[in-house]
Parts: sequence; structure tokens; C-alpha cells
Amino acid sequence: MVQAQLLPGTLDLLILRAVSLGPLHGYGVLLRIEQISGGALLIEQGALYPGLFRLLRQGLLTADWGVSENNRRAKFYELTAAGRKRLHEETESWNRLSGAIASALGPQPEEA
Amino acid sequence: MKLFAWISSVTTALFKRSCVSDEIQEELDSHIQLRADDLERSGMTRRAAERQARLEFGGVARFKDQSYEATGGSFFERLMQDVRFGLRMLRKSPGFSIVAILTLAFGIGANTIAFSILNGLVLRPNHLPLPRNLYMVEEGTHHFQQSYPDYLDMRDRSRAFEGVLAFNFAPVGLDSGAGSTRALALQATGNYFDVLGVQPFLGRFFHGTDEHGPDSAPYVVLNYAYWQAHFQGDPGIVGRTVQLNKYPFTVLGVAPPDFRGTALFFIPDMWTPLVNQAQLEGIAKLTDRGYRDTWIVGRVRPGVTRGQLVTDLDSLAKALEKEHPKEDDALSFALARPELMGDYVGAAARAFVTGLMLLAGLILLAACANLGSLFSARAADRSKEIALRLALGSSRKRIMRQLLTEAVMVSLAGGAVGLAGSVALLNWLCTWRPVPDFPVMLPVSPDVTVYVVAVLLALISGLVFGMVPVRQVLASDPYQVIKSSASGVSRRLSFRDVLLAAQISLCAVLVTASLVAVRGLVRSLHGTFGIDTANTMLVHTNLAMARYSIEQQPMMQRRMLDAVQGIPGVTAAAYGNSVPLDTNTAYRNAYADSTTDLKESNATQVTEYDVSWGFFRTAGTRVLAGREFTLQDDRSAPPVAVVNAEFARKVFGSVEKAVGGHFKVSSGMRIEVVGVTEDGKYININEDGQAAMFRPILQAPSSVTYLVVRSERDPQDLTDTLRRTIQGLDPGLLFSIRTWRQTMGPSFFPARVAAMSLGALGVLGALLSVTGVFGMAAYSVSKRLREFGIRIALGAQRAEVLHAALGRTFRLLAMGSVMGLLLGLPTGKVLAFIVYKATPWDPVVLGGVVLTMLTLGLVAGWIPARRALATDPLILLREE
Repeated sequence: MVQAQLLPGTLDLLILRAVSLGPLHGYGVLLRIEQISGGALLIEQGALYPGLFRLLRQGLLTADWGVSENNRRAKFYELTAAGRKRLHEETESWNRLSGAIASALGPQPEEA
Repeated sequence: MKLFAWISSVTTALFKRSCVSDEIQEELDSHIQLRADDLERSGMTRRAAERQARLEFGGVARFKDQSYEATGGSFFERLMQDVRFGLRMLRKSPGFSIVAILTLAFGIGANTIAFSILNGLVLRPNHLPLPRNLYMVEEGTHHFQQSYPDYLDMRDRSRAFEGVLAFNFAPVGLDSGAGSTRALALQATGNYFDVLGVQPFLGRFFHGTDEHGPDSAPYVVLNYAYWQAHFQGDPGIVGRTVQLNKYPFTVLGVAPPDFRGTALFFIPDMWTPLVNQAQLEGIAKLTDRGYRDTWIVGRVRPGVTRGQLVTDLDSLAKALEKEHPKEDDALSFALARPELMGDYVGAAARAFVTGLMLLAGLILLAACANLGSLFSARAADRSKEIALRLALGSSRKRIMRQLLTEAVMVSLAGGAVGLAGSVALLNWLCTWRPVPDFPVMLPVSPDVTVYVVAVLLALISGLVFGMVPVRQVLASDPYQVIKSSASGVSRRLSFRDVLLAAQISLCAVLVTASLVAVRGLVRSLHGTFGIDTANTMLVHTNLAMARYSIEQQPMMQRRMLDAVQGIPGVTAAAYGNSVPLDTNTAYRNAYADSTTDLKESNATQVTEYDVSWGFFRTAGTRVLAGREFTLQDDRSAPPVAVVNAEFARKVFGSVEKAVGGHFKVSSGMRIEVVGVTEDGKYININEDGQAAMFRPILQAPSSVTYLVVRSERDPQDLTDTLRRTIQGLDPGLLFSIRTWRQTMGPSFFPARVAAMSLGALGVLGALLSVTGVFGMAAYSVSKRLREFGIRIALGAQRAEVLHAALGRTFRLLAMGSVMGLLLGLPTGKVLAFIVYKATPWDPVVLGGVVLTMLTLGLVAGWIPARRALATDPLILLREE
């Protein structure tokens, strides 16, 4: 399967999306992104954490230590109200952008 | 919300640095374990799974760092790293660090001192309650001071003022039972302390209710410092009686320690009621509307604007002019701050402080240019290190920040050194008594504002010169730098060269300015003032202090003169109520004989001196026409005067027409001119064309006299003889003996201060250009040692090596000096206001500047030149 490199700036959006479906620890976020993207996106595992801390600092996520399904201590991330709002805005703007780019790059109309 | 989150994360990061770091580590570990769990489940051994998980994760340390950075706390962490690294780098090149820190210390120090003086003299109000409500009211057309009757009208009729006070100064002799000592009394109106709103430290103050007409309030309030010094802080002094000029005055109380009156200098030793002025000054003048010698300070009513106040005073001036057309002709009131005695001292002080600030700013600019070129040279020297760091993955931003941190560290260290030096100097200035016998102080002690300004200046200049190498670093290509071992020396004019030339021209401006000032001072000290002060002593007495009656005074003065003339070695002696260039010279109005309306606007302002027979011969003043005064010019003879040439030209048209002619004074009296003298300097040494007249002291008696004694004897030796002679006449008489040169101190004070400070700034400028030239020369030599080695190996002569090593630096020096000299010429015009005869169009000044800059270049180029010449080609070949 061909994997795509992430565009700069899209990691944060993916993290927000992944966490929006329910609280997750870091590794869980990674798995969830792989899952929802159908394994098409390549993320360097460690690169996830600076992103998580950045979102935490912006107040878009909250975090709490808990226990994972296989009984390991892990830090769980959850979306805040601000995070949810940001996800909504970013998704819309992303859709507009990708729609525009897709139509620009789409099949050329037939020459008359 | 977001702000709060940020703050909390930053504070957490700051205070729980290790805690945050551990937590990140734990989280990353947990991630790897979870991944390993998954891998194990897919059939790997635990060890293989953990290894695989680690590999997949990537550089733990890097992501930990990045994560830590993302929490927002790492700014300080990195700052500390940069500081530590910067300290290491600065320690590695101590010569560079010391030169840089000292350069900045001079720049910051000069500015701290200049700002402190600005702050102390102009910005900071006095310590009184609501000081901004206090205004000094100056008389616009008659030299600032006001008459007592005009004051009374202002006090009673001005609606904008809540209270108006008046004061003047009187030197007094104070006797508390242990002999008489001289002191300065401030004679104030009864409401003085109430209007200012101060409370006594001990006893009570005098009030308006204590005044019941002339000489009705023989009270004195002591200055705290004077009380400590002369009465050992004895509280029992309150209620005691002391003798002021042999009149009994009761000590009412002591003023609080920080109370010094309304002005920042002229600190009185005591306060006495102005209604008793006749006792202390010897003549009664409270009823004379034309006698302007008091200062007025008013406290404006709350809510009254400055504009309303001006309108109020203007209408009062108009009314007074109408009521008293003779004395109050062309009367006008102007507002000023009381701290500097209005424009009396204020105008000159402000001009001086502005000039000082400008020059100090130039120093700092030159220091920044100097450091900028030093830092960019250093950045070039470190290009390999920087290239290596870039190659290893450091960002340009990070390197910039590191270099800036280093620059700011240097600037803060320099600022600290400069501040320490300037605080020491300022504290000395605060205790300095520039004018002997007169309580002038410079209240320039640094306060919080000064410290803040110094630190800000240091930070800003650090950022300014730290930014100079930015372009250089941003443009550096690590590949190129590491490949070629030495970066080639650029042949075209680089930014560094421009900086050096700019710095040198700034320094040349300073050197020019200081030479102009110093030269002006030297000239003014040797200028002609219409008097010959060499080998003359002045004996100052005030017979009123010893309570001689008006009738006794001329006799006693005559006895003193005779006794002094009898001293062996004394070639001439005479006396006058004042002498030219003394601080207490009086102004009079003179009118042409044909003038019938004796109002202010028709008058010629002249300085008046009442002198004895033989005065001009003794003072060394040439008489151009007519005669000197004789013993016969007394009350029984018609009133006569000797005038100076300027007076003759102004009132009579020419010197020839003056002799035998008449003029009038305000009282209407006609005076005959019997002689004309050469022009001189009368109030200050900068003045031009001041008219002066001399009256025989037998026709215009005075209790205050200056005995002028010209002799061939040693001044010290003569002083002792003079003292014995006068004490032999009256042991109770207070007098002071000084050389005439010494008493002219106050006249030279502004020029001397200007020359001193400009001289100091010039030396600073010279030092800065030495460090600048030295830095650049040393740098260019060190960069090209290999080239010199090759040149020497190929047989280059010393002169050729020197030319190659320093030619460029010296061309820059020459360019900068010429530019600075051209820029410095206009400053001479500015200086001419402060320093007498200051002109840059003076071969000595021009030659001096060229010579100074040349010497500085030689001094600064000496060590680098030696190094270039001593290059040993063998060592260089071995190094490669």
C-alpha cells in the first residue's frame, strides 16, 4: 500500500479528529489515525507528542493519567469545548481547500 | 481561558522543570511499552518487540525536547543554555570581552550621568507637597526679580493663586555667643511656610500673623543641616536669642531635614521674615516699587489651569502698569518652574543638559557602532563554529538567539560597570560645592528612574549591536564555509568598514567639541575683562553686619583703606561696593539728559559700581578720557560718574561727547560724566556690550565693600598681614580675603563645567575610537596572518607588510576623522552660547583634532602592526 506523507500543519487536525471520537492515550491516537485514514497516512510515532503538547498548551485538549486496556499507566487526552470548535472550523476550511484543489487538479473539460 | 492555560503551563514548566521532563519521559515510555505489547501479541519475543517499538518511535531525546518546547517552558531553559554557552565563549576570549564590556560601560556611564543630571535638574520636582502647583512668577523685562510692593499687589489681587510668597537672599553674620560666623539667610514673607505646606521639625515657623510692619518680626528658623553643624542638634536652641548682624533674633524652630526651600540649589542656612530685611541688608527697600530683588513663588488654586493663571497675571500686570506708570512701565509676568530659580539659572541649565544628553547619546551611538563591528568580526571568526552547528541541525533562529544572548550579556555587564562608575561619580557630584562660600549643590543623586533608564539603555544597545551580524549569519552557507578553510577577505567596502568610519567620525565630533570647549575656556581665562586681576586681593566686608551706623561707615572704610595702603609691598588699594564679575552686581536705569519721561522703555540698562578714589588705577582699568574720582567727589560736590565706552556710545553717541555731558537716573537726578573707561565684562564673561557706570562711593555710600589690594607680595603672606591689619581696627568685624581670581569663580563656573564635561566626553570619544580602530586592525591582521607570512617569505619589506595590514584601517580613520571634523564645526556655534570665545575656526583646534586622531590611530594600530611584522612564515606553513 502506498502511504502519503503528511502535509505540514495537518497533524494537529488529525489529532483533534482522532480524539473527538473519545478519550485516547498517545499510542491510541496513533492507532486511531491509522484506522480512520485506512492506513494511508504515515506518521512518525514520536512526532505525535510535540503536537499533543502543543494542543494541550493551546487549551484544545485536556489530559489525565489513567490505566490502559492492558493495565499500563498512560496519559489520556480528551477534547475541550475550544478543541471541538477548532476541529469544526479546521475541518470546514480543509474541506473548502481540498475541494478547490481537487477541482483545480481534476480532469480538464473537453476542448471544444 | 487560553491565556490562563498558557500561563499555567508556563509556570508549571518553569517551577516544575524536572517534574515536567519526567512526565514526558514517562509518557513516551508508556507509548513504547504499549506498542511493544501489540508487537508481542503479533508473535515477537518481548525483547525484539521492545527493540522494534523503539526503532519505530524515532529519536526519543529529540521528541522529548520538542515536546518540552511545545509545553512553553523551554524558553527559560534555552536562555540558560545560551547564557552558559555565552559565558564559556566570552571566557575563551577575555580580551574581546573586556574591550566590549568597557566600551559599553563608557557609553552607558556617560548616558547615566547625563540623564541623572537631566533628571535631577529638570525632570524631578522638589520635595514639597503638590510641587506641580507651584510656579515662580518672573518679571519679564527686569531680570526676573520683583519688587515688594508689586508682590503685595499680586498676593492681594491675584484670584488664580491660593497663596503667593516672596523671598530673597541675604548674607548675614550670625553670633550665638561664640563669635560671628557668616551664613546665608533666606528672607521670606510670613506666609512662606504655609503656602509651601511644610511643618517644622522642632518649635514653630513664622506666619503672616507675626508680621506687623518693618522690623516687627525678629525671628529665625534654622535649616536642619545648619542646626546640626552649628548647634550640634541641640533642641534647647528653640526660644534662644542669637545675634544676626548684631540685631537680636529669636530662634523659633528648625525646618525638617529634607526642606531646602523651593530651589534645588541656593540652599539657605536659615529663614528670616522679609519684613526685617532692613536690619540684615542695611537699607530699607520694602516700599520702593522700583527696587526689584525678591523672587515670587505662588501656589495655584486647585482646578485653575495654566492658561487662566496667565490671563489673571496679565491683567494684573496691565493694571499695575496703569497705576504706577513710572516704576511698572512695561511690566510683564512670566511663569517658570521654581526648582531652577526660573529662567535665572534654568535657561542655561536646560541648554547645558540638552547639550550633554546629545553628546552622551553620540557616545552611546559610537559605542554601539564599535561593538557592532566587533561582534560582526567575531561572528565572521566563528563562521566555522556556526557552520558546524548549522550542519548538525541547529536552526538559524537558534544561532541568532544565541548570538543575541551573548550581545545582551555583554551589554548588561557593561551597563552594570558603567552604572556603578556613574553612581560613584554622581554621589561625588552631590557633595561637590562648586562655588566657595555659597551653598550651591547639584542634586543629581540617582533614583529608580535613573537605574531603569540605564538598564533599558544597556538592553537596547545590546540588541542594536547584537543585530549587526544577523545578515552575516543568515547568509552563511555551511557547506562553503567548511570547505574553504578561510573566508576570503572582501575587497569592497563592507558594512563593518562603514560602521568603523561612522564610529570614528562620531568620536572626531566629540574630540572637536571638547577641544573647542577647552580652548574657549583657556582663552576666556586669559581674556581681557577691563580689569587686571593678577596680583590683586579682595577683602570683602559688610559693616552693617557689625552694626556700624550709616554715618560711621565711610569713616571706618577710610580707616581700613589707609591701614591697608600702609602695608609694605602694597602698590595700590581702593574699594567699591561691588566689583565687575562679582555675583552681586546691581542694575540701574540711565536716561539721556534730554529724556523727560523717565519710564522703563526709554532707559538704558547699566550696571552700577560705587567706587573710591584710585579705583581704576588699582583695578587696572584704563581711563580713555577724562579723569578718575578723587577725594573731593563727595556729597558736597555735584554728582559725577565715570562711564564705560559702551555707555558713552549708547547714551551720548561717542566717547568724546560723553566727557562733560550729563545723564539722568530714575530718581531724576542729573549726573555729570567726568571720565570714560575701557569696556569690560560685568555680569558674566559671555556678555557683549554691557553698559556700566561708576559713581564715587562718597556720593553713593554702601555698607558692603570690596577692598581691592594690589601688591608685589605673595598672596598667602599678604593674606595674613591683611587679616592682622583689619582685626587690629575692629576685632568684631567679619571679613573674607581672597584673590580676585578666586572671587570670579562663579563667572567662570558655567564655562568650567561645560569644558570639564565636554573634555570628559572628548576623552571618552578618543578612548572609543582607540578601541574601535584597535579591534578592526587586530581583526584584519589576524585574518590575514597567512597572507603576511607568504608576503614575508616572498621578501616583502616591512613598509609593504604594514601597508597591507593597516592601510585600509588608516584610510577609514582618515575618512572618519575628516567627516567628524566637518560635523564638529557646527557644534562650535552651539558651544559659543556656553563657553566664551568658543570657535572651531581656530588653527589650534583644527590642528589639535587632526593630531589627536592621528595619535589615536597610531596608538591603536601599534599592537596589530607589531603582530603583522612579527609574522613568522615557518609557523604558518607548519600550521597548515
